[in-house]
Amino acid sequence: MSDMIQVRKYVTQVEDVFHEGGPARGEPARRGALCVVLRNPYAGRYVEDILPFMEALKPVGLEMARKLIAVLGGDRTRIEAYGKGAIVGSRGESEHGHLWHAPGGYAMREVLGGAKAMVPSTNKLGDAGAQLAIPLCHINASYVRSHFDTIEIGVADAPRPDEIVYILAMATGPRVHARSGGLKASEIKGEDGLR
Amino acid sequence: MSEARIRKLVTLVEETQREMGEAVTPPTRKAAAIAVIENPFAGRFVKDLEPLMAIGEELGGLLGKRAVAALGIRPGQAESYGKAAIVGEGGELEHAAAILHPRLGKPLREAVEKGAALVPSAKKMGGVGAAIDVPLGHKDAAFVRSHFDAMEVRLADAPRAGEILVAVVVTDSGRPLPRVGGLTKDQIKGEDGLR
Repeated sequence: MSDMIQVRKYVTQVEDVFHEGGPARGEPARRGALCVVLRNPYAGRYVEDILPFMEALKPVGLEMARKLIAVLGGDRTRIEAYGKGAIVGSRGESEHGHLWHAPGGYAMREVLGGAKAMVPSTNKLGDAGAQLAIPLCHINASYVRSHFDTIEIGVADAPRPDEIVYILAMATGPRVHARSGGLKASEIKGEDGLR
Repeated sequence: MSEARIRKLVTLVEETQREMGEAVTPPTRKAAAIAVIENPFAGRFVKDLEPLMAIGEELGGLLGKRAVAALGIRPGQAESYGKAAIVGEGGELEHAAAILHPRLGKPLREAVEKGAALVPSAKKMGGVGAAIDVPLGHKDAAFVRSHFDAMEVRLADAPRAGEILVAVVVTDSGRPLPRVGGLTKDQIKGEDGLR
């Protein structure tokens, strides 16, 4: 691992959702997010070329994608939705959060066996404890309506001003009581990543 | 036969590898296992809280085992623990007391092997997204100073007015870089729960 990568902590959140007021499922809908808290090598100054950090983050993304699948049960074929995000501490810039697109997004797509859909994301500046709503969509067809969902997550003691929290999120299925119509997962072609 | 009507179960794991640039070896780890349950007594005064005590017993085992499993440790490797509840606005604080105090401890202690010490606790009323700091103490000797800690827990979608959020935290370690003296874990007798 590059010495640009200085991890302070990992936080994992897994939810088993049985119901949300409607009929309870025998097997719960499982969703999870994995956060890494690491030092922002560019905190406090403007650096023009920030791509070295993006390169350095690639093995972090791959390791996190594998770890997240493991905590969600270990079977990559059960993962149906994904998303990602970043919370940049106050001495960084939002552009530092956007470095996560390639290392986070491509890592998940690769580890999931070539998922087709764009990985939706959110990104913001925040102080310790800031909460980020991570959007989710179907891994092979962005328009599958049942799989649009959100996982809100934050870390109580991060990011500090010179840190960044990078997040990956996945779910094993649709919203627990999805019934708002639209394209169904069973109807997709899964070729263009959209439908 | 399950007493608790569970809407969702969540596990949250934190692993701290570095603090202020100093390596934490081995990393410290905390796991929170959380249940969101229906409050059977929301919206009315009920004198006899026995059903909530039974729910506490059920959740002590369920959440204790889930927290230990999330850490991937043997029960005997658990070092500290704590418990907390947030009662949605349709309930009363005493509902949290009925879950936490009479019977939750015994099955939790079985899940972590021994547990001579009091299980520190916190409770409050709160709405959706409310956070609670779960106090932590060494499981066999409450005076171990390195293990006084807390873990903040919050769920974006709970508790609703008619729900109760119940959290159990188990760790395999103390604070990341403890250095404020006091009783250390290798000095304890672990008989009276204090030292």
